[in-house]
Amino acid sequence: MMNIMRKYGLEPAMETSRRQFIVGAAAVTGGLVVGFGAGAATPGKQKEAPTIDPFDAYIQISADNKVTILSSQFDMGQGSYHGIATLVIEELGASWDQITVQGASGNKAYYANLAFGGTFQGSGGSTSITSFYTRYRTAGATARTMLSEAAAKAWGVPVTEISVAEGRLAHKSGKSATFGDMAGAAVNVPVPKNVTLKAPSEWTEIGRVDARRHDTASKTDGTHDFTIDVKLPGMLTAVMIHPPRFGGTVKSFDAAKAKSMPGVVDVVALPRGVAVVAQNTWAALQARDAVTVQWDDSEAEMRGTDQIIAEYKTLATGKPGIIAVDTGDADEAFAGAAKVLEAEYTFPYLAHAAMEPLNAVAHRNADGILDIWGGHQMPDIYQDHAAKAAGVKPEQVRMNIMKTGGGFGRRACPADGDITAEVASIAKAIGFTAPVKLQWTRENDMRGGRYRPAYVHRLKAGLDAVGNLVAWDHHIVGQSIIKDTLPFLLAKNGLDFMSVEGAANMPYTIPNFRVGVTNAEVGVPVLWWRSVGSTHNAYATEVFLDEVARAAGKDPLAMRLELLKDKPRHVGVLKLAAEKAGWGVKTIPKGHALGLSVHESFHSYVAEVAEVSVEEGLPKVHRVVAAVDCGIPINPNVIEAQVQGSIGFGLGAILAEKVTMTAGVVDQGNYDTYTPLRMNAMPDVDVHIVASDASPTGIGEPAVPPIGPAVANAVAAATGKVYRDLPMIKDG
Amino acid sequence: MAKLNINGTVHEVDAPGDMPLLWAIRDLAGLSGTKFGCGLAQCGACTIHLDNEPVRSCQTFVEDADGATITTIEGLNGKVTDTVRAVWTEMDVPQCGYCQSGQIMSAVALLTANKMPTDADIDDSMSGNLCRCGTYHRIRAGIHEAAKRLEA
Repeated sequence: MMNIMRKYGLEPAMETSRRQFIVGAAAVTGGLVVGFGAGAATPGKQKEAPTIDPFDAYIQISADNKVTILSSQFDMGQGSYHGIATLVIEELGASWDQITVQGASGNKAYYANLAFGGTFQGSGGSTSITSFYTRYRTAGATARTMLSEAAAKAWGVPVTEISVAEGRLAHKSGKSATFGDMAGAAVNVPVPKNVTLKAPSEWTEIGRVDARRHDTASKTDGTHDFTIDVKLPGMLTAVMIHPPRFGGTVKSFDAAKAKSMPGVVDVVALPRGVAVVAQNTWAALQARDAVTVQWDDSEAEMRGTDQIIAEYKTLATGKPGIIAVDTGDADEAFAGAAKVLEAEYTFPYLAHAAMEPLNAVAHRNADGILDIWGGHQMPDIYQDHAAKAAGVKPEQVRMNIMKTGGGFGRRACPADGDITAEVASIAKAIGFTAPVKLQWTRENDMRGGRYRPAYVHRLKAGLDAVGNLVAWDHHIVGQSIIKDTLPFLLAKNGLDFMSVEGAANMPYTIPNFRVGVTNAEVGVPVLWWRSVGSTHNAYATEVFLDEVARAAGKDPLAMRLELLKDKPRHVGVLKLAAEKAGWGVKTIPKGHALGLSVHESFHSYVAEVAEVSVEEGLPKVHRVVAAVDCGIPINPNVIEAQVQGSIGFGLGAILAEKVTMTAGVVDQGNYDTYTPLRMNAMPDVDVHIVASDASPTGIGEPAVPPIGPAVANAVAAATGKVYRDLPMIKDG
Repeated sequence: MAKLNINGTVHEVDAPGDMPLLWAIRDLAGLSGTKFGCGLAQCGACTIHLDNEPVRSCQTFVEDADGATITTIEGLNGKVTDTVRAVWTEMDVPQCGYCQSGQIMSAVALLTANKMPTDADIDDSMSGNLCRCGTYHRIRAGIHEAAKRLEA
């Protein structure tokens, strides 16, 4: 598995070794623009510095002293804009007051994510900082150097005497200038070939504990504009009627009544449903109710989740279709084991249910360019899908990246561009006569599929006579995510490494170890969901390991430490979380119990200890202590926020979230039936960040996986009940 | 034409009486700080104040606002609001920010009615406001901090 990951570049901190970057700079109306093009892979064979398009760069500095940072990485709330800005400001010496961050798109040479092989722009897998750590710092340092050279020349002083801070250039003689003053002259400075980045000891922004996100104020007064807030003259609103079953298509529809309703502009059939277009949202919604559609279910998935899960359970008792890892001889070890444990774990489909229901806006300009606004997590790919849907060339489509009301994986749809292609097809269907905003309702969003797949796991563990874990067998049954998203990532034998991530690379040393997977064929579209394979693999492995510890009569912490050989970062976070939680030491209230878990995902390490009681048969989580090692902490406060939020997100899922289907029709439609965590169930969270000089890795996802098993293990410690079938609350 | 008194300005909008205020405010009055999240009063993203009381605008209708004053996030002001906004910014409460208009509308209403809310009060008043980013921990801390500052 790791070879597959390496093959496709799914490894952090390789950007400088894998790619050479060519720096270029250009003038833009009296300002300076700095960007980097991906050059030849062979060092020493760099191409000429590319011409910089001002809208395709990393940093723009204008004569009015504004610094615009163009972020290749998409911000869906996790703080990547702030992270990218921190990297630039650290090296550039800009002031936070003069910067703005914009989502960038349209140039793979600059924005392709090396963690995805460098072939397309995308955000995901907690790679924003990992993949762009060097590039944006280098951009900042390059711009600072050029500004300093320009100032030195203007003032007739050595460049080494120029100091830069808070957006000002200064010399001891008393001369000083803003970036804007020098931006025009800086354009004529030769682009430095090798800028030196600051040593960590010189950092003033990276790692700053009191730093706060620069983009918060607008989120408190209603001025932070999302896709839903795009306003264009004459803009129409479209709402969708989708097939009730996945794979269904429109047979026929009757829109006569709807079309006669006030404010309704058109009702059009699309490749995957019927769109109602009206002058405002309410008019569109009312007309939608008046449309009748006959559906063709001949290709649709007709099974309910009860049947699908039952089929998975049968498959799970058989041999895996694909073996992901097989070391030692598990069968022989089980045959000789003094004690063998077996368990089955079941995981439901999960919806992302981001607060901003999916939406996009399309408008064809007089020059023929089709503008599309949206939460474009993979803009290059969506550009192609949108062009196809609109019947135009990709270069005629411009992707405008909006701030986004949550994502959690839902906005990454490389297979078909999803909402982006849908809005383009609506624009085409109405003849590009007006700008159109497509707004999904909550029900569209909840029933729109692309869920975290459902899974059934079977695990088996063998203990020797003195309680050592000598054999482990793990069979995972469920749909492959990458088969329908990025199929080129599938291994030759059909293995989707994301199905087994966190299971096949468990950190524990077990001499006879086998993990297999059986890919199920189901017509429900599935997708990445915050922390992906680790959402279920961490739960199954870490809860089962506690079952093993109890059978062996061992303390769960002691047993893990015993099994963690040469895994210093796992051990580091585990010991830190345990110590801060008072594991085995602290007196906790009667009826409460502690449970712990440690898991690595996306190259970050997180351990969590949950303090839980059971009230009226339901788990109540009082407090969570988390320890995290994500390498160099760029923004400690953002890391803390991501860990707190991830715990809320993951806890909600294991407690009460599920998507079920009856005869192929999704049962849930809104937050009354799909029930994420609310304020009254949010525990106190105490976050500890490990000091590290390792390359920075992601934090948007890695704190999600440990919370489920930590809570389940605490419940088991309190009551003996092991939750093997999620969610814990069945009728939540 | 219906008359809506929003943030002290009367908007004449071409809206039927059964149109949810959410869409009248957003699409017709052009104030987009109030967010659509569910349409069923399940998430609180569309919370506004109707005669100073927090309501879900997706389930409150144009006819309900006849003669009433509507306050949205854009028009919310005063000492409690300023304090909440300051605390939210200093404590980095929001993540994506989408639910935060509603969170702040609910938090300001809570702190206006209850100067020193307990954790249980916060659970009662704020559990109707969903946040998928999971900013609850900081919202709770933010409300306690704002209460402390307002008392001082």
